[in-house]
Amino acid sequence: MDRIRLTHICLGLFVVLPAFAQIQNQPDDGQWVMPAKNYASTRYSTLAEINASNVRNLRTAFTFSLGTTRGAEAAPLVVNNTMYIVTPFPNNLYALDLTKPGAPVKWVYEPHTNASSQGVACCDVVNRGAAYYNGKIYYNLLDVETVAVDANTGKLIWRTKLGDINNGESITMAPIVAKGKVLVGNSGGEFGVRGWLAGLDADTGKIAWRAYSAGPDKDVLIGPNFKPFYKMDQGTDLGVRTWPPDAWKIGGASAWSWISYDPQLDLFYYGTSNPGPWNPEQRPGDNKWSSTLFARRPDTGEAIWAYQMNPHDLHDYDGVNENVLLDLTVNGQSRKLLAHPDRNGFLYLMDRQTGEIVSAEKFGFTNTSESVDLKTGALRLNTQKQTGFHTVRDACPAPPGVKDWQPSSYSPKTGLLYIPHNNLCYESQGTNANYIAGTPYVGMKVRMYAGPGGNRGVFGAWDPVHAKYVWSINEMFPVWSGALSTAGDIVFYGTMDGWFKAVDAHDGKPLWQFKVGSGIIGQPVAYKGPDGKEYIAILSGVGGWSGAVVSGGLNGVDGTGALGFLNAMSDLGKYTTKGGMLYVFSLP
Amino acid sequence: MASLRYSKSAFFAAALLLASCQREKHDIQPAPTRLAIYGDAARQSALRPGGSVKPQPVVTNPYNASGYDISEGQRLYDWYNCSGCHFAGGGGIGPPLIKKEWIYGGEPANLFDTIVKGRPNGMPSWGGRIPEYQIWQIVAYVRSMNGEQPTSATPTRPDTIETNPQNLVNRVPGATK
Repeated sequence: MDRIRLTHICLGLFVVLPAFAQIQNQPDDGQWVMPAKNYASTRYSTLAEINASNVRNLRTAFTFSLGTTRGAEAAPLVVNNTMYIVTPFPNNLYALDLTKPGAPVKWVYEPHTNASSQGVACCDVVNRGAAYYNGKIYYNLLDVETVAVDANTGKLIWRTKLGDINNGESITMAPIVAKGKVLVGNSGGEFGVRGWLAGLDADTGKIAWRAYSAGPDKDVLIGPNFKPFYKMDQGTDLGVRTWPPDAWKIGGASAWSWISYDPQLDLFYYGTSNPGPWNPEQRPGDNKWSSTLFARRPDTGEAIWAYQMNPHDLHDYDGVNENVLLDLTVNGQSRKLLAHPDRNGFLYLMDRQTGEIVSAEKFGFTNTSESVDLKTGALRLNTQKQTGFHTVRDACPAPPGVKDWQPSSYSPKTGLLYIPHNNLCYESQGTNANYIAGTPYVGMKVRMYAGPGGNRGVFGAWDPVHAKYVWSINEMFPVWSGALSTAGDIVFYGTMDGWFKAVDAHDGKPLWQFKVGSGIIGQPVAYKGPDGKEYIAILSGVGGWSGAVVSGGLNGVDGTGALGFLNAMSDLGKYTTKGGMLYVFSLP
Repeated sequence: MASLRYSKSAFFAAALLLASCQREKHDIQPAPTRLAIYGDAARQSALRPGGSVKPQPVVTNPYNASGYDISEGQRLYDWYNCSGCHFAGGGGIGPPLIKKEWIYGGEPANLFDTIVKGRPNGMPSWGGRIPEYQIWQIVAYVRSMNGEQPTSATPTRPDTIETNPQNLVNRVPGATK
């Protein structure tokens, strides 16, 4: 009897231990301390009280008005029984006390963000959320500042100015804190900024280092340890030599989106945006390091490897999408990987130690390129769809890509990556972009429309090992919200017409849906409340690039509006109105 | 009866001729750059305390009726990157310009003011950057988007990439490879 039990325990250890060694199996205390849940960016909660069989009973626990009418893209954080929410501009930070009935406001921090910064935000005045670290809430302001706020009192601890709106810069991304450094990148790929990612000392806010995305190697923090896997990314000062003279100084390549971190390898991962201007004929060359994945050290910012997904980008395919860190066995080999669903329509599975591509398969309709050459890393382009001053039609995906910023979620339980994304095509015609600092630098007239099938959005479950979909759900509008998966075998996402949905993680079967006040473009989170119950939280509030037609009151008669997204979204106003609101759900 | 019809057509012909004269007006020596700010003239409220008020002085756009000025305005609208934020009037980064409700007033003097001074929620202040006569030309073009300039002088709004409006009807990607 004893022996049997001991064997069981040993067996159990054997099975469990390697599983816990995998980066996607992070310990989970039921809180939500950074937008992507953990450094691996899985957006997976081990909470299982709400599950596939009872989710139909889900009901609202409480709500809270953000007092704003612009796109609400942020993830609420939950730390020490307090919920923290960053609003779109003016970027107020609310702390809600979860221990009291109705979760009343504990405090609010109002940064009085410079209102003129709204004029340099390309795609609505969004903010993607905050990060908690060591007693402080860190987040970014649209007017190119980062703040650290005391998580208990709401008092400002430090505030650092990182750039200038008069150069077209802004910040919309959520920072992460790795090894005592707050990692922050600028936005402004449509304003001819010079893109950068900076490491700030978490205690003082002092800028420890700044890694530019273009320019000489010393500015990009490329040194002797820089070992790109592919020949196309090797060479000296490529950030200068792959541009027309001085064009790198206004070449975009901002770092406006997600960052993941592997503490064991001590590397963090992020992508850079499109090069500026969009019109490729004004910037012959590969335009490094735009549309590139970087692996860097948090202490120094030093680059360890890089891979440029879209050299000489033709379609505004930013490389900024999330990198989900996974330890998987592929082709019989156990590997440390990252999964990167790129705007260009390929889902890159890469060795995160070296930057080698393990697989790169299409995860949506794409005709701008054929395939990725795994030997050279080169993207094989379809020459029929190369943009420039001439007119190009039926190029897919459109500039927001098969997937834009909307982050996916990985469940270690099902082994599937749940990807919210788009199905859009477009036509374009280049114009001569005129650089005036602080104004747009694009040079492309664009009109987007639905891709094949007519549905503008898709929510799909992708098997990264076999590089194929297991199931997918078509949605009318682009699925511009993030995804959340839980150990309850359910997946949550929201739609732009205002439905918050739970589907079965295994087969995508719809299990529950709730109509919120305004379209959803936020990031769902799960947490354990002070009462021990599981809660699901989401911000409603349509907007963002796709929803600017409603949040910005745009006029759909001009299809080229909102960088051409207006053409594809002019009917959104029939389905939703604007207004930011938090919704929190639980079982009765 | 016949003579009346006759004089009617003569009147229309004369009117048309006059309009086209205006349309072809081309100021080859525009006013020098003065960068005046018409602030006092550009009220933004219809509410005037104290009951009925004297009509305020009206500032008219000196460059408002010729085809040349409006098409110059259209060119400058692109040149100064107005189109980067407002696109062809539908808006995006900035608000739409094809609309009925103007946040800061839609009269020529309001638009002039908006361009020179900027507005607090993101509209840059262009004062000192664009010559005054060019601002008026841009104002004329922006007004023309809403049909508020003489139609005889108004260019076609470029809301298609090519002047081929049927291009987007039920387009199915892949159908024309």
